Amino acid sequence: MANKIPRVPVREQDPKVRATNFEEVCHGYDLEEAVLEASRCLHCKNPRCMNACPVSVHIPDFIAALHERDLQKASDVIAQDSSLPSICGRVCPQETQCEGSCVLGIKGEAVAIGKLERFVGDWKLNHGAKTVNDTPKNGHKIAIIGSGPSGLACASDLAKWGYEVKIFEALHKVGGVLVYGIPEFRLPKDRIVAREVEEVKSLGVEIETDVIVGRTVTIDSLMDEEGYEAVFIGSGAGLPRFMNIPGENLNGVVSANEFLTRTNLMHAYDPNYDTPIYVGQKVVVVGGGNVAMDAVRTAKRLGADSVIVYRRGEEELPARKEEVHHAKQEGIEFRMLTNPVEVLGDEKGWVRGIRCVEMELGEPDASGRRSPIVKEGSEFDMECDVVIMALGTMPNPMLAHSTEGLETNRKGCLVATEEGATTRKGVFAGGDAVTGAATVILAMGAGRKAAKAIDEYIKSK
Amino acid sequence: MFPILEKRLLAKGIYLMKIQAPRVARSAQPGQFIIVRAEEHCERIPLTVSDYDREQGTITIVTQAIGVSTKKLCAMEVGDALADFAGPLGQPSDFVKEPVEEVRKKRYLFVAGGVGTAPVYPQVKWLTEHGVEAEVIIGAKTKDMLIYTEAMGKVATKLHICTDDGTEGFHGMVTALIEKLVNEGNHYDVVVAIGPMIMMKFVTLTTKKFNIPTVVSLNALMVDGTGMCGACRVTVGGETKFTCVDGPEFDAFKVDFDEAMRRQGMYKTQEQRALAIAAERAAGHKCNIGLDK
Repeated sequence: MANKIPRVPVREQDPKVRATNFEEVCHGYDLEEAVLEASRCLHCKNPRCMNACPVSVHIPDFIAALHERDLQKASDVIAQDSSLPSICGRVCPQETQCEGSCVLGIKGEAVAIGKLERFVGDWKLNHGAKTVNDTPKNGHKIAIIGSGPSGLACASDLAKWGYEVKIFEALHKVGGVLVYGIPEFRLPKDRIVAREVEEVKSLGVEIETDVIVGRTVTIDSLMDEEGYEAVFIGSGAGLPRFMNIPGENLNGVVSANEFLTRTNLMHAYDPNYDTPIYVGQKVVVVGGGNVAMDAVRTAKRLGADSVIVYRRGEEELPARKEEVHHAKQEGIEFRMLTNPVEVLGDEKGWVRGIRCVEMELGEPDASGRRSPIVKEGSEFDMECDVVIMALGTMPNPMLAHSTEGLETNRKGCLVATEEGATTRKGVFAGGDAVTGAATVILAMGAGRKAAKAIDEYIKSK
Repeated sequence: MFPILEKRLLAKGIYLMKIQAPRVARSAQPGQFIIVRAEEHCERIPLTVSDYDREQGTITIVTQAIGVSTKKLCAMEVGDALADFAGPLGQPSDFVKEPVEEVRKKRYLFVAGGVGTAPVYPQVKWLTEHGVEAEVIIGAKTKDMLIYTEAMGKVATKLHICTDDGTEGFHGMVTALIEKLVNEGNHYDVVVAIGPMIMMKFVTLTTKKFNIPTVVSLNALMVDGTGMCGACRVTVGGETKFTCVDGPEFDAFKVDFDEAMRRQGMYKTQEQRALAIAAERAAGHKCNIGLDK
């Protein structure tokens, strides 16, 4: 019986060693491990894994091809639905999506779908034939704003259907949150992201960096002057939130965005780059999401004692289980049910500590999670040199402000239909710019849906 | 890539560069800034636009070689190309957005200090082109550090020069010259001060005495320049603002200058260390105790 084989464990860098470097934590499977793990798949008639995937990758089919050691076929199956398998295999929350619905997971352990996808994706980058797009160009120009997951997914589909697609990226590097947000040790930039971006380019997608839509050009100028018939906005949720507590502008308080951008996009950990970064002896990261885990593990690697402070309990941590597990292995301290009320400074205006209160959990709030309540008289101080605020992000209002007829909701997110149509004709949107901060794969799913809607819109014109 | 079309030494360590950047040139307005990255290993440096030419598709920047990245930028020559040049960023100056007939009713005094003199130029030029009177004070430590005097003389209604050591023009600080001009009966409706943070702070203290509305252009630390990192946080009227998207120009009477100056020093130790390492490397020294790691 196939399901008698236990889930094949994946090799990882030793926690003590990896806490001091920026190399990838997980080594991934080799061919034999991957084929063995693939043999565990039951090939369900009604594959629940595929239904749970936001881009509906034909999971049992690619696993079957992998089991037969036909890696080209496995890669082709994935490519029908995803152009970024090496990325998704690494950063998707599989435990709540494909693997979370795997039948094997009911009584035992789910098939390691993410690790298998990663194996096939990496094989393609190393051995596979370059993607060839032989669809003739249809003469319709589409502009994509932002080169993050939603933009890349939308651009890939449209290019495959013959559209002339150009992505406009505000930063100097392509990939959005994949390059500025997610650290090297979770998602290698040159080895994986840059090469998967090359795959997208080989479909015929053009990318122009250093263009801030809303400043350098506008949606109107792209449509009226540059001849783009439709625009997809995949500008993400880039604006950091702060707590609005006293002391937040002291030297040493930074947003997780700044801290991660300095290390990831600007290579502050590499002495060959000019970017400065400051961690001091002890870093406190406020927040419990994936970004908080990325920030705290980065701080640890830069040599600081690093602590997570989160106002709810461990059960409520929004971060992926695997990230929390990895962080603990690496020696990160977790202070749960703790909330900062003030950042304390020295006489020169630098952080010297953080004042917190203890919390307890009350009734479930609107999000369904039990809401934290302050314990009376529980105030205490913790010493630290740096405080990193990882409290979530909001969409940048720049585009909405510079484009007439583009509506946003109370949270500053663009108003769009399920298919991605905004309140402005010919303008579509998806990913974090619409939903607020979410995941790479949901953004990709939204990008693909919008590509379909754009195709229909152009055809109906 | 963004080619350097022209490069001139304006004063010791201060360079003017004209950059081919057609998209930025088409949209740039007085008061806005750009982000430049000279090459792959450099920081993203915010610089206020010093001039733009929409027909030629060029932007002029003026920069002082101080840090590791600005030194690399200043070492580049005509024919080289900058890796990145993004913008325009931030808000244009208020007068660009106000009805021009309202702006014409006002008399402007610009106070320019050091390398901050350059971004004053497109503002004064814009006002003159729109028939608005604008006087300019250019201040520097000494005669040799004065920049843009000739160009500014051509666009300003009146140009005042002052040096701390009296080697040219008025002998004293810009603040003393402002007091003198006002006491002589000159009337100004708006003062715009651009220069070192400490100069802007003291100009503001001076104009406050005379109750002249004042605008300053803040040169905060930034990474992306689009609102993403929050490094450029500044307190204005008790509220936290992002210099990159809400500024760079703010109502000077509301700015917390002491905090802004302190925040500029956030990475000073790291920068000095990087400079020292760069100098050692340039001298062919390989650190034996791993300080460059």
